[in-house]
Amino acid sequence: MAITLSERAAERVQKFLAQRGKGIGLRLGVRTSGCSGMAYTLEFVDETLPEDISFVSYGVTVLIDPKSLTFLEGTELDFVREGLNEGFQFNNPNVKNSCGCGESFNV
Amino acid sequence: MALLHIAEPGLCADPHQHRLAIGIDLGTTNSLVATVRSGSASVLEDEAGRTLLPSVVRYVQQDGIPEVGLEAQLHQTDDPHNTIASVKRFMGRGLKDVPGASSKPYRFVDTPGMVRIETRAGIKSPVEVSAEILKVLRSRAEASLGGELTGAVITVPAYFDDAQRQATKDAARLAGLNVLRLLNEPTAAAIAYGLDNTSQGTFCIYDLGGGTFDVSILRLSQGIFEVVATNGDSALGGDDFDECIYRWIVEQCAIADVTVMDARLLLSLARKAKETLTDQDEARIGASLSCGTVIDLSLGAETFFALSAGLIGKTMSPIRKALRDAGLGIEDIDGVVLVGGSTRMRHVRTAVADYFKREPLTNLDPDKVVALGAAMQANLLVGNHKTDDWLLLDVIPLSLGLETMGGLVEKVIPRNATIPVARAQEFTTFKDGQTAISVHVVQGERELVSDCRSLARFELRGIPPMVAGAARIRVAFQVDADGLLSVSAHEQTSGVQATIEVKPSYGLGDDEIARMLQDSFTHAQNDMDARNLREQRVDGLRLLEAAQAALDQDGGQLLSDTERATIDRAMETLRVLLTGQDHIAIKRAADSLNRATAKFAARRMDASIQRALTGQRLDALEV
Repeated sequence: MAITLSERAAERVQKFLAQRGKGIGLRLGVRTSGCSGMAYTLEFVDETLPEDISFVSYGVTVLIDPKSLTFLEGTELDFVREGLNEGFQFNNPNVKNSCGCGESFNV
Repeated sequence: MALLHIAEPGLCADPHQHRLAIGIDLGTTNSLVATVRSGSASVLEDEAGRTLLPSVVRYVQQDGIPEVGLEAQLHQTDDPHNTIASVKRFMGRGLKDVPGASSKPYRFVDTPGMVRIETRAGIKSPVEVSAEILKVLRSRAEASLGGELTGAVITVPAYFDDAQRQATKDAARLAGLNVLRLLNEPTAAAIAYGLDNTSQGTFCIYDLGGGTFDVSILRLSQGIFEVVATNGDSALGGDDFDECIYRWIVEQCAIADVTVMDARLLLSLARKAKETLTDQDEARIGASLSCGTVIDLSLGAETFFALSAGLIGKTMSPIRKALRDAGLGIEDIDGVVLVGGSTRMRHVRTAVADYFKREPLTNLDPDKVVALGAAMQANLLVGNHKTDDWLLLDVIPLSLGLETMGGLVEKVIPRNATIPVARAQEFTTFKDGQTAISVHVVQGERELVSDCRSLARFELRGIPPMVAGAARIRVAFQVDADGLLSVSAHEQTSGVQATIEVKPSYGLGDDEIARMLQDSFTHAQNDMDARNLREQRVDGLRLLEAAQAALDQDGGQLLSDTERATIDRAMETLRVLLTGQDHIAIKRAADSLNRATAKFAARRMDASIQRALTGQRLDALEV
């Protein structure tokens, strides 16, 4: 199993990285907080950590720490538009419940 | 499902903790809103994908929501009384301050402070009209960001005075926006270009909008932008270039009289032709007018450049003036930034490049650059981008202080302090039993109050009677991020307190600031002498009063007649010199009075210890 990006998401990430002018990829993660137990994190990466596991999807390097990977296994990161709003969305097959807004979840 | 954005490493916000911040360019002709998402600033679009919101408000009904933007703009000619454009020109202005008010189609109501406009929905102030524009931008932002906004940065022209700034802030509050701060438009443009990331430099911002031209000289040092000079022409912009082409068409086709409908058609064709010529060498103009005349013309880029050369020439003199005010030459300018849609015209760019002998920065969309910079600043202010790189970008143009004894200025906040800023200083009473102090707040670089600008005056009363110098009065100056000052005085032993807010009508023009600064340099020596003289006078007076009080109290018992005569003579000498101008002589006389009274002071000390000890047992005194 792996972590993947949708083609649209990859395009966006590459655009944002180009605008930012630095960074080697995207870091996905999970941390314990939020109203339903866990929350996603999504950050630019300037340096890799020794424990990082990396995937490449549509040319974008995705880094994730092993602990987070257990909760994110099989996740696809998509970029979606809802009305005027747009942003990234985690399609995570492990999620059992999430809070109303979807910012936090549990497995 | 909430949509996420990419954060800077280690700065991912907790769920529900995203702070949504926007930047708003509230323009004379058009307004925009921008935000920072996934590390980069972008302008937000409406449902139809448009970024520019024409700054036009039309009151359609007696009550209900007015039309804002394009819909309102379409009714400018058929509903002129209720369709308000360019309201920015009226912000914080009385009727007599609005140039060309009589030629406007509005029904003005001259109310004190700010002019108002009568519409079918009642009498509206410019603040209310601006708030309607801001409301539309706010709901666009909330729809785009999917949540409530933490705050907004709104841009204002660098030359806006306090009244105009306050009006802009009020409009934002009325629109339900939390104003993080007001930011000068040229500063916002410089931020958008990342000029703040360089360590220092001097930049020229050339802003040619739809109807106004502004030029600003910014100086950046240690991450702080200072507006050194501004100039411009409030009646010069892209519309004049349209007009230029329009007149050419009328002339070429020898149209005798143009109906209102035809004029509007021709103006919009002229505008299109102008836009075509930004990247093509020729524009075709074709139309059939109501009188039956058929127009089929071709306008070459060279012809257009020649037609409008005069307009570009008109932008050069404000640049020269701004440079002269700043005391700079073109060789001192480290970068030129183009702002405003009209700077897309090729011959504008060429003219600016020729004048400054360098290529201007043009890679950002000149219509959006101010909003983008404001969004970056807003993002920073809500704490989404924690960095020490830059945070404070505006400074106090002139020192703020208060009057002390002898008409001297004690500076509390020095010039160029970054805002927001709060400083406090302790003061005390000058006379025994003094129960009130007058706090006189002044602005300026000079040493004497009479040479500075008076901002406000208030009294702190109810200080309990104490000997001179025993009271502890803490005076605190606070300047918020928009440059508005509040001063409070607090007597610490009794807790009495008084506060004043300096009203917005006290704004200073840039010219005035420059003049006051210049004066402080040229008068530096005189000022120091004057300060010395007044300080010596205050010291001398205090000494005389103290000596007199002591003599009255126990001069009789402790002094011989000769000793008394010596002191009297020294006091008389000082008293005479105090009325003169020689601060060194006053100092000498004060010193000799001090020496003359030294023995007397020592005896008074002994006597008072004696009195204190009389009747006490030794063991009771041991500590």
